[in-house]
Amino acid sequence: MSDTAERVKKIVVEHLGVDADKVTEDASFIDDLGADSLDIVELVMAFEEEFGVEIPDDAAENITTVKDANEYIEKNKG
Amino acid sequence: MRRVVVTGLGLVTPLGGDVETSWQNILASKSGAGKITRFDASDHKCQIACEVKPKDHEFGFDPDKRVDHKIQRQVDPFIVYGIDAAGQAIEDAGLEDMSDEMKLRAGCSIGSGIGGLPGIESESLVLHERGPGRVSPHFVHGRLINLISGQVSIKYGLKGPNHSVVTACSTGAHSIGDAARMIREDDADIMLAGGAEATICPIGIAGFAQARALNSSYNDRPEEASRPYDKDRDGFVMGEGAGVLVLEEYEHAKARGAKIYAEVVGYGLSGDAYHVTAPHPDGDGAYRSMEMALKKAGMSVGDIDYINAHGTSTMADTIELGAVRRLFGNQLGNMSMSSTKSAIGHLLGGAGAVESIFCILAIRDQIVPPTLNLDNPDEGTDGVDLVPHKAREREVRAVLNNSFGFGGTNASLIMKKV
Repeated sequence: MSDTAERVKKIVVEHLGVDADKVTEDASFIDDLGADSLDIVELVMAFEEEFGVEIPDDAAENITTVKDANEYIEKNKG
Repeated sequence: MRRVVVTGLGLVTPLGGDVETSWQNILASKSGAGKITRFDASDHKCQIACEVKPKDHEFGFDPDKRVDHKIQRQVDPFIVYGIDAAGQAIEDAGLEDMSDEMKLRAGCSIGSGIGGLPGIESESLVLHERGPGRVSPHFVHGRLINLISGQVSIKYGLKGPNHSVVTACSTGAHSIGDAARMIREDDADIMLAGGAEATICPIGIAGFAQARALNSSYNDRPEEASRPYDKDRDGFVMGEGAGVLVLEEYEHAKARGAKIYAEVVGYGLSGDAYHVTAPHPDGDGAYRSMEMALKKAGMSVGDIDYINAHGTSTMADTIELGAVRRLFGNQLGNMSMSSTKSAIGHLLGGAGAVESIFCILAIRDQIVPPTLNLDNPDEGTDGVDLVPHKAREREVRAVLNNSFGFGGTNASLIMKKV
């Protein structure tokens, strides 16, 4: 697992209070990890903080799975 | 008329994360006061408080027992305390598995005097230092006063009235009184009722200190600071925590074979219409509140054995006592009156609920809790049993609990043995 994916996983586990083994690449934040729309806003803020990236609202709307987050961050981090 | 009884209790206090630990420590004359550990208070006039202890402490509170990790991260501590105390009360009442029909007739009336002050303080700093885009999306609903009632209703599926009182330090008592009325008025059969507070944060301590309400000369002797009715009292000690009761319609409780602690028989309310922080010097509002509670209970002064006083360890203590003396007259010599704030501090919006629970336990165990640190009773306390230093066994048939709040808002509750 890449360094980005490890750090994303850690944030998701901490913010959503879910078991680490549930945070697979294909896991959907809402359908599989019990997040609501506000939890996603908070997750996106935590990703921005951790990786020093800016994730605009329209981009954030397309981040629905762990994989989406990993890919966006890999592509946009400084 | 529909009668209202108490069938479950839950407590989070500076002396315990549950009812029995808190109560046994109260009866053992222990103090929950200490130096403030939540933040560096060294530049504050008041540097002490009665904090809820961490879970590894002998009297600690473990938030993980009943509150999801995710919710703990999103909300202020007063909500965490409130959810846990409500959960304890539900378990104590044997209501973990309510039918859908019962849930439609079960509600919440859990309030707070101030709400999420620590979170308002810290998130204001985030806004100021890092901009609006860094403010938590959970900021608002993690701080709102009615969100204990909200969270508890969601967690346990309670679909009846969802109410929340905000009357400063009278909140807990008003919450119980209002909820009892809702049951009496047939709005619900079961109500989770109580209050919570957690404002031991820099702006909370500074604000009350600047209002000259907090103690300031006991920083090196925290356990001696809360001393209601004592000549050397100089302001209240801030406490934190929550108290929640299950109130239930009497026939409903009987039909399901519930354990019944006490009946809520009297509720009095009044306004001082005098000053924002000081009570009326004659104790007029307090007098009328107690008088109304007695009248509603259909009781006379001779029926009350114990008063859990508002008694905050401020100048107002003797004003309350004056009002009690005026109302109870000679009967005062047969009663006991104490302030458990001497042990756990002032829980503000949680006080009336926590103290009502102590009243109910006094009825259950036929023992009255002590007023700690009452070394030199102030003038005007003659002939009153203020239960100094040690708890005492005695007959306790009915109890009166007083709560008075900023704004001149007064509430009195009377509970009795069933």
